[in-house]
Amino acid sequence: MSVDLSQFIPSFLEESFEGLELMESSLLDLEQGDDETINSIFRAAHSIKGGAGTFGFNNVTEFTHLVETLLDEMRDGRRNIKQDDIELLLDSVDCMRLLIESIRDETECDTSKIFETSVLLEKTLATDGIKVSDPLTINDSEIVESKTDDLSTWQIKFIPEHHLVQTGNDPLLLFNALADLGEVTLVACAKELPALNDIDAEEIYLTWNLTLESSASEDDIKEVFEWVEDECELIITKEDIISSDLPSLEISSPVLSTETPSFEEPDVILPAPTNEKPVETSTTNSDKPSSKAKNDLGSIRVGVDKVDSLINLVGELVITQSMLSELGNDFDLSKVERLNSGLEQLLQNTKELQESVMRIRMLPISFAFNRFPRLVHDLSKKTGKEVELILKGEQTELDKTVMEQIGDPLVHLVRNAVDHGIESAEIRLANGKPQKGTIMLNAYHQGGSIVIEIKDDGGGIDREAVFNKALEKGIVDENTVLTDAQTFDLLFEPGFSTAKEVSDISGRGVGMDVVKKNIQSLGGRIQVESERGKGSTFRVNLPLTLAILDGQLVQVGTETYIIPLITIVESLQPQKELINRVSGDMVLYRLREDNVPVIPVYQLFNIPCEFENIENSLLVVVEADGQKVGLMVDDLLAQQQVVIKSLNDNYQQVEGVSGATILGDGSVAMILDVPGIISMALAQAQLNQKNRSTFQPKITQSISEGVSS
Amino acid sequence: MDIQMLAEEVPVEGEYSLEGIDFITSGEQYLTFLLAEEQYAVDILCVEEIRSWENPTRIPNSPQYIKGVINMRGIIVPIVDLRMKFNIGEAVYCETTVVIVLTVETEEKTRTIGFVVDAVSDVLNVETNEIKPAPVFGGCVPQNYLDGLVNVGENVVTILNVKALQVVEKHQVS
Repeated sequence: MSVDLSQFIPSFLEESFEGLELMESSLLDLEQGDDETINSIFRAAHSIKGGAGTFGFNNVTEFTHLVETLLDEMRDGRRNIKQDDIELLLDSVDCMRLLIESIRDETECDTSKIFETSVLLEKTLATDGIKVSDPLTINDSEIVESKTDDLSTWQIKFIPEHHLVQTGNDPLLLFNALADLGEVTLVACAKELPALNDIDAEEIYLTWNLTLESSASEDDIKEVFEWVEDECELIITKEDIISSDLPSLEISSPVLSTETPSFEEPDVILPAPTNEKPVETSTTNSDKPSSKAKNDLGSIRVGVDKVDSLINLVGELVITQSMLSELGNDFDLSKVERLNSGLEQLLQNTKELQESVMRIRMLPISFAFNRFPRLVHDLSKKTGKEVELILKGEQTELDKTVMEQIGDPLVHLVRNAVDHGIESAEIRLANGKPQKGTIMLNAYHQGGSIVIEIKDDGGGIDREAVFNKALEKGIVDENTVLTDAQTFDLLFEPGFSTAKEVSDISGRGVGMDVVKKNIQSLGGRIQVESERGKGSTFRVNLPLTLAILDGQLVQVGTETYIIPLITIVESLQPQKELINRVSGDMVLYRLREDNVPVIPVYQLFNIPCEFENIENSLLVVVEADGQKVGLMVDDLLAQQQVVIKSLNDNYQQVEGVSGATILGDGSVAMILDVPGIISMALAQAQLNQKNRSTFQPKITQSISEGVSS
Repeated sequence: MDIQMLAEEVPVEGEYSLEGIDFITSGEQYLTFLLAEEQYAVDILCVEEIRSWENPTRIPNSPQYIKGVINMRGIIVPIVDLRMKFNIGEAVYCETTVVIVLTVETEEKTRTIGFVVDAVSDVLNVETNEIKPAPVFGGCVPQNYLDGLVNVGENVVTILNVKALQVVEKHQVS
């Protein structure tokens, strides 16, 4: 049986995307100019072309060939590297990405842009005196292109033995290989085909007549059939006159259309180029629809070192296991000590194993960062601002799932920084700043989370403008006094934009709220710092991983809950004199300078508890969205790492609970969702207030009655 | 071999009573169980497993009939007390109280939910034409949960619609 090539397509796609990324980043570096850079771009293009050829993605091969030719000229020094060429190549990279994405998604891609770019490529190739004979007729064959002048026609009669496919050969592959040499016309002969009942599916009953128009020599053709030499009869004859199609060869047996490997001329998807100028029908705006394709790949590349350490750990685990089982064979009390040490070892192993497995999911953030050089390059061209991008901490590792979802919000923030943040060159010079603006992307670890900073040295955020806009939108009223942080938080309100005019890049007011929502859904938060005239910093705080969480186990009544450690400010035993009751029934706890509202968890969740009185219970002060609250619990239990399981899979989202986990004893415990709890408590307080206000008239009446009587 | 010959060798449905040999059947198989004194049945292909009753972890602010969630080999499975949901009999938990875990694939998603019943009783072979529509008279079980009735000897077994069982009502207890 032949090898099913399609199983390699995903890895081809993955490698191609990597190659494209490499090309893109190298092209941007090319502006500085370096021999090795152009070589690496060329190599990437070449392997994409090669791969595409193998799988028969002819449109990719054709297009990439043009790119490769141009690159080759640059590499050989036959062509000077010009800015225009780099732009063209960047566009070509986009086109290649479009083509490859269309293969991945099995959709038709927008050919007009590709056509346009290929015409441009040809034009560029045609100038500068290097003659490349009509590039698009080369299609899938480099050989033809190199010596187009001595074409000859070969008649090949291919009579395979019946068992050919059983030896692992596939005629179709052979024909494809032949097609690489030149144009092939193929006619199957089904004379020997037995009756349907007698057909053995694993035998070949067909013979083929092939006509090959190629400049290849007889040896080249024989080479194609080298592997099947002994299992077929091969008659190769040469016809010197190029006679297009022999009419007799066109008659193919119609019954066989399904059985025969249907071989067609390699599809030329690109419209054939004409020498006239391309009709300027669809110019731009055609690059949008493809962006909907999701960017997540189904696999990750893991360093060998990580796998090795994993294997070592598993080895140790096996040793520990055998040690323990041996110990268990005839156990008596004298061996308790050994058992204990064995268990300790097991604990250690498990922990390390867990960490290593988690590390496999971790990728350096450069995966998310490396799209930005191109983005900033394009944006600065579009806006006419000179912007320099500095990347820092690219090796900081982040969970793959977090990485996939943080990409788009970051793009948005960077776009904003270029479009709104950085001022135009004149203003910058007038303000005594260097003409070139700087945007810095920085990633670093802080505690159990990763911080990504997007910092620009632009004009900063106009507080007044933000405030006025909020006023206009009715989000605040005139008398509201806001701190800096609160003002900047307004930016994340839906439909908020302070841009004076909507630009192509940003400023439609959609986005920032989505950015915040996305970040929050990852369990992260975003902060803004800005100084007028100096620039702004957007700081995104993200948890390292979504799968595991450091938790504090607490007890309420008979239930065990888990509070994410990252949200806990402190845990304390309430002191009586610091408890205050205000406005009726609200309990506040004085924590140094702050008054922290107390939320009794038992009340919120409607469960019985041990201590209903705050004085006897414990207070876990947690913070979310800048709001501190004290959660009233009965007891603090252990701190441990827990694996987050979704309640949503088999049930539904539960308010105040972000998920569940399984504890050491196999039981399930709920993980508290601190922001959710705060909003729950708020909603409940409002409800109480409403109820109270509806009762109010009666109360006042009774009071007034009491006064009057 | 001739088709005709083959057909003659295959027993005609219903002709032989193959008691105890469950695997040669036509029609559908159902798992029957008891809620109070009444017999109910669900499609056996949806039954993931039958567990003994264990105390689940409560879900905050959930309706009464949702007892909580349990850990089934690393999967969090919610537990619904069918007796409370349908208001049949008393929700007592004793030795025969079992949880039937059902997995149902719907267009949107696959859910695994456990249902508390008083006892499981039998596996029932039912021909499609034996299923009679349930009469539309009151009763505790809402009509959309009923697939039909089957007569088994003297008794009547109610066949429940697993898809309907799998729907988790949005609840909001405030």
